[in-house]
Amino acid sequence: MDALDVTVRIVAVFLAFLLLPLLVGQTEHKVMAHMQGRVGPMYAGGFHGWAQLVADGVKFAQKEDVVPDGADRRVFQLAPALALIPYLLVLVAIPVAPGRGVVQALDAGIFFVLAVMGVGILGSLMGGWASANKFSLLGGLRTAAQLMAYELPMLLAAASVAMAAGTLSLPGILGVWEWWWLPWQLVGGVVFFTAGLAELQRPPFDAPIADSEIIFGAYTEYTGLRFALFLLAEYAGIVVLSALTAVLFLGGWHGPSADGLGWLWMLLKTGVLAFGVIWLRVSYPRLREDQIQRLAWTALVPLALFQIALTGVVKVVM
Amino acid sequence: MSPATTALAHAEPLQHPHSLQHLSSLQPLAAGHPGFLSPTGVEIIFLLVGLVTLGAAVVTVVTRQLVHAALWLVVALGGVAVEYLLLTAEFIAWVQVLIYVGSVVVLILFGLMLTRAPIGRSPDADSGNRWVALVVSLAAAGTLVTVVVDAFRATWIDLEQPVGPGEGSSEVTGMALFRHWVLPFEALSVLLLAALVGAIVLSRRQQAARAGTGGSGAPGKAGGN
Repeated sequence: MDALDVTVRIVAVFLAFLLLPLLVGQTEHKVMAHMQGRVGPMYAGGFHGWAQLVADGVKFAQKEDVVPDGADRRVFQLAPALALIPYLLVLVAIPVAPGRGVVQALDAGIFFVLAVMGVGILGSLMGGWASANKFSLLGGLRTAAQLMAYELPMLLAAASVAMAAGTLSLPGILGVWEWWWLPWQLVGGVVFFTAGLAELQRPPFDAPIADSEIIFGAYTEYTGLRFALFLLAEYAGIVVLSALTAVLFLGGWHGPSADGLGWLWMLLKTGVLAFGVIWLRVSYPRLREDQIQRLAWTALVPLALFQIALTGVVKVVM
Repeated sequence: MSPATTALAHAEPLQHPHSLQHLSSLQPLAAGHPGFLSPTGVEIIFLLVGLVTLGAAVVTVVTRQLVHAALWLVVALGGVAVEYLLLTAEFIAWVQVLIYVGSVVVLILFGLMLTRAPIGRSPDADSGNRWVALVVSLAAAGTLVTVVVDAFRATWIDLEQPVGPGEGSSEVTGMALFRHWVLPFEALSVLLLAALVGAIVLSRRQQAARAGTGGSGAPGKAGGN
């Protein structure tokens, strides 16, 4: 790889990081509006309010950056960056096309993406603690409890794919992927996606940020750009989770004429999954905190273990 | 790598059977080889990251702010992960981040926030045992440094591998783990299982005790295990 190649790839990742979350955000506006039979913001930019997110961004940038008096200033200010940057790093390891369609192929790619995604949660915890606000503290507590419950099934589901492929590298997994892995790894895929939703604190697992109970939890005290960074982290998280699920369980760039159109398949699968994330937000009520824990420990963990057993049996028999 | 050094590497008797497959690229230090801690880029970064890690670790134990201690622990553990990366142990590095930064620290923060996590200094965040703790930590550090230096004094990682999996790749790690270290691995898993069962038993006993002494429970149900 020469310097130009590296630069082009880094710029591509950065553009994807800036554009895709915004695209998901705009889609969420529109999809939610249609599903709930309302119009939504229609004026900014002219055509169907396409510039609404840009306007939102300008609004956020203009707002005063308030740090509460009793807050721990440095931790409070650092938290949004820590929530956002891990998702940027994860994008580096996700393969979007066959061959050289990944910025950096990592030997232990699965561990890299899951480890770095877990670090992002620290941002919410820091924000929740440093705000010196009871609601924020409650949100932070719920975030931590949720992460600890759902990290395990997510890891187990990912481990199942790694077992099936015999490698931890994401391009390596796609290299040996076959269509019949879809039914084979179906349970694991559902577990992974559900646990990922819970880690992102998306509805129906949004008890940590429940706006009607604890007023956005860890983000209660945030304003302006820092709040926008937290929002951006959420949408970047949707992109990363959808892309990862597509790579691990839906075959990533596999599809008709994958050599030329691989990136398109990958984008399509990611997009469909992201649409599913939005759909779930509109259609499911929020789970209670105890229901969230119960789902993780009594449903997802056993299912993930079953998937690992199934993978092992099939792997040995074949 | 000069041919003489390579020849020497193959002549060197094996000190560590488990590193059989490491031998191809872990070269003994020999004449003509870059000396111990010669200032190549990687080594300078290694030292700097080590200093940051040490500093963060010291701040972790001396700070009076409880949550800050946990956050400095993130820096220290992350620094160790970077050191693993620089030693080409990619797999161990990511597992370190996943388990320690992603789970253990989250657990610590959860515990702090659940019990007591004041913003600002805690006057009682100090221990009368500080000198004993210092002695214990120095002894532990001395032992570890001695063991590690003794074990790896003469080994050298060749960063420019021609082909094949690297030194600390998951493949090499897995091979070493399940070929040469199966027994310790199994012993550890039994230990973890015992801890798991113990945790379940403890929580169930408390539950039973609460049900028994709760007063409103049915008389025949009290008893527990």
